[in-house]
Amino acid sequence: MIRFLTHRVGFGAGVLLVLSAFVFFLFFVAPGDPARMIAGDKATESQLAQIRKNLGVDRPIVVQYGVFMQKALSGDLGFSYRNQQPVAPIILRRIPVTLSLVLGGAVLWLSIGVPIGIMSARHVGSLRDRLGQAFILVGLSFPTFVLGMMSLYLLYFMPKQAGFTLFPAGGYKALASNPALWAWHLALPWTTLAMTMAAIYARLTRGQMLDVMGEDYIRTARAKGLTERRVVWKHGMRAALTPLVTQLGADIALLLGGVIVIEQVYGLQGVGALAVQAVANQDRPIIIGVVLLGGLFIVIANIVVDLLYVLLDPRVR
Amino acid sequence: MVPTSASLFRRQTGSDLAILEAKGLTVGIPTEDGTVHAVRNVSFSIKPGSLFGIAGESGSGKSVLTQAVMGLLPNADIGGEVWFEGRNLIGLSQEEMRRLRGGRIGMIFQDPLSSLHPFYTIGAQIAEVLHAHETISPAEARARVVDMLGKVGIPAPAERFDDYPHQFSGGMRQRVMIAMALILKPALVIADEPTTALDVTVQAQIVALLDTMRRDFGTTVILITHDLGLLSSVADDVMVMYAGHRLEYGRAEDVFRAPAHPYTAGLLRSTPASYRPGTELAPIGGRPPSLLATPAGCVFAPRCTEALPRCSSEPPPLRRYSDGVEALCWLEEGASTVRPTAKTATIAVKAAPPEPVAEIDDVCLTYQVGSFFGPKRALNVLKGVNLTVGRGETIGLVGESGCGKSTLARIVAGLVPATSGRVRVLGRDMGALDARQWREMRREVQLVFQDPFGSLNPRRRVGAIIGDPFRLHGLAKGDERREKVRHLMERVGLNPEHYNRFPAEFSGGQRQRIGIARALALNPALIICDEPVSALDVSIQAQVLNLLRELQRDLGLTYLFISHDLSVVRHVCDRIAVMQGGRIVEMETAERLFADPQHDYTRTLLSASKTLPAFAEAGRRSLVETRVAS
Ligand SMILES: Nc1ncnc2c1ncn2[C@@H]1O[C@H](COP(=O)(O)OP(=O)(O)OP(=O)(O)O)[C@@H](O)[C@H]1O
Ligand code: SF4
Ligand SMILES: [Mg+2]
Repeated sequence: MIRFLTHRVGFGAGVLLVLSAFVFFLFFVAPGDPARMIAGDKATESQLAQIRKNLGVDRPIVVQYGVFMQKALSGDLGFSYRNQQPVAPIILRRIPVTLSLVLGGAVLWLSIGVPIGIMSARHVGSLRDRLGQAFILVGLSFPTFVLGMMSLYLLYFMPKQAGFTLFPAGGYKALASNPALWAWHLALPWTTLAMTMAAIYARLTRGQMLDVMGEDYIRTARAKGLTERRVVWKHGMRAALTPLVTQLGADIALLLGGVIVIEQVYGLQGVGALAVQAVANQDRPIIIGVVLLGGLFIVIANIVVDLLYVLLDPRVR
Repeated sequence: MVPTSASLFRRQTGSDLAILEAKGLTVGIPTEDGTVHAVRNVSFSIKPGSLFGIAGESGSGKSVLTQAVMGLLPNADIGGEVWFEGRNLIGLSQEEMRRLRGGRIGMIFQDPLSSLHPFYTIGAQIAEVLHAHETISPAEARARVVDMLGKVGIPAPAERFDDYPHQFSGGMRQRVMIAMALILKPALVIADEPTTALDVTVQAQIVALLDTMRRDFGTTVILITHDLGLLSSVADDVMVMYAGHRLEYGRAEDVFRAPAHPYTAGLLRSTPASYRPGTELAPIGGRPPSLLATPAGCVFAPRCTEALPRCSSEPPPLRRYSDGVEALCWLEEGASTVRPTAKTATIAVKAAPPEPVAEIDDVCLTYQVGSFFGPKRALNVLKGVNLTVGRGETIGLVGESGCGKSTLARIVAGLVPATSGRVRVLGRDMGALDARQWREMRREVQLVFQDPFGSLNPRRRVGAIIGDPFRLHGLAKGDERREKVRHLMERVGLNPEHYNRFPAEFSGGQRQRIGIARALALNPALIICDEPVSALDVSIQAQVLNLLRELQRDLGLTYLFISHDLSVVRHVCDRIAVMQGGRIVEMETAERLFADPQHDYTRTLLSASKTLPAFAEAGRRSLVETRVAS
């Protein structure tokens, strides 16, 4: 167990190292002069040289990377080109927003998608199944920004026209200050995120359940005289859980790296919005920071999923 | 309404004594191709406390019948009546059926591993039955489960309660299933092929356990199996099904001693378990019909050797004989019980020791295994095996699963190197070949596998599959290859016109013939058959076994024949090697091994394999009543 964990953590660290080197060198070879970005068009050549020296970008790339890694290990990701503030706190400030969006959304999409998938699978070919399939099709075929615009129009703009505020158009209120306000503000972003994801999870659940419900042990469960509800939820879902959990871990990790479109539509100052601004500004330290953060989430999620996997399946213990 | 009669005739036992009584049961399963008529007009009556056997080949509707009765086939169209404890099960609500299942009627299935949930402990899975039908505290449930586990022979049941199914052996899992089915002391237990997935010696234990349990608890048992030897030794009454029809029905003793129906007679003749030295198995030709169509006459007519002209146009009547046996057949006197004249079948024991084809000398094989979290350890699969296979001989290799039979086969074929020891084929050391020599030797040793479907590429035409050896070794090409393949197909009893068909278009037995044709292509010195007939039905099994013997006689082939079924091995082999735990514990000629087994393990194997009673003289029974089909 310990051996397994150290092994996985070591491997994750290796992945992050390779990733950091990759982004670092990628930006080094990319066009664009950071000194020019900071100083503007009117700066003289000697001013630019001075800025480059301050930034350290005049030194050989390998040296730069060495310096970067050394600092990064102590939590210092350098300074934003844009406003000369340290990168780490800038990113950390954004995390609660994205975390709220993704985790809340996950609860919502699971509680919509999984029951729809189960219902579809239990009544294959029936009207209920076709309704479920239609839901999946709609959720998958509408792009996120269209869904976002639609919810904004229907749930914010129309009530507003009618003279009251059903949901706010965006913004973020901290959970700690007022949980109700936090949830109210996030309601539309959650819904938008959950629409697409619920469709994906409904499809996944339906497929898994169709497989599982044909298994011999389901027949045994019925032969024992269990109620159909218990057969489906206790015996069927328990077996279908492992692939769902694996998928969930991967999805959450991926989204924590930034939910770009939804954060843009609802004006949420999350990690995704930060990434968009940083790319627009060519703010390399921030971009590298965001990419590494995303990588970190994926590495952590992988370890968590593997541990859950062992926990869920007694056969691999 | 109280059921009146199970049989279409009045029986002496009196119907209110029956625990389960089916009348005109019909099950149709709607599919895309049309309705599969899996069960047609089947009636039977089961006496309390008896063991009722249902026999019949794969696809005859045995499982569909019982599952329909249990309400486990929600999509099926079910007609007729099934009376149990004063109620007609057909037409009960879902909730009423649910209360009967597990409580009044228990079920045991074929494969105990896949039938248990892999993620719950066996204790929890058994306790669930109690919680589903009674209000009971967890502690009390646990105590009762532990008690029941002890009764079905699980050692240290209190400690095993929290173990998962994968931590049990196949036999123990089936004991767990039995505990689960019997814990509420149901009036009836339906066991659908409960021993098919188990080793022979374990099979015998499980059947014995089932028998003890039914006597202790007074439970009635329905035992579904295609193992006629097993049925003849334990069943009180039997019903023989074919293509959804009940062809024969009566007391087991009477039916097996002198079958009244030609199908039953044919099954018995083709079963290796009824083998007597000097006779040849008599397979039933052809294959079962499609269940989509309704035949005009007798369903068995296309395969029946005693068919009369009217058989294929008029549905046969139901005949009842003096001993109570009933048969659905036009024959008035019942099937002829005469055996086909025995060809001189057994190969005479070779006088001089034949020239060796394969010599296996002190072969050992060790695998390094390790769990995900734990350290690696060595697993000794073969612990010094010695065996010589002479030209023209058939050597049988028997033993339980996991004893190393297939591993040894792979080593002899040169597919896996031995850890130590030496294998020589045609005098050449298989361990010391270069790549070119190895390829050459691959021609000399061919394999025929158990699963005829899994080992044939489903997307390639049969002609191409059989022609593969020629292609791989760059031998015959074009028309010449085609000609050779057609010849091979003819040789193994396939129609050469089916050259362009895909494997899926052939039956199990035909697929096995394809595998044999491919093995024969390059005149190998040795053919290793790894459980070649285990996946086939008895009637088909006999066809394939006879083919293998005929080919040997005509072509002088040498076989290493692996099987867990002693009666099959006895039927085809000159000498038999009994393997246990990676060693050969006894090696004898087939007849001597059966007559005078030396090793304890051989004796266990022999006592576990059931033989059928000999056919009685015909004419013991007389026709009592005939009811014309409606
Ligand atoms: N769910 C189903 N849908 C369609 N056809 C089915 C279904 N289940 C069984 N059948 C068909 O019904 C027929 C009878 O099948 P059944 O499983 O009862 O055979 P069996 O006698 O139990 O055979 P085996 O010895 O292989 O278990 C077969 O032709 C089978 O293909
Ligand atoms: S009715 Fe005719 S075809 Fe059918 S089993 Fe009897 S003799 Fe054979
Ligand atoms: Mg079956």
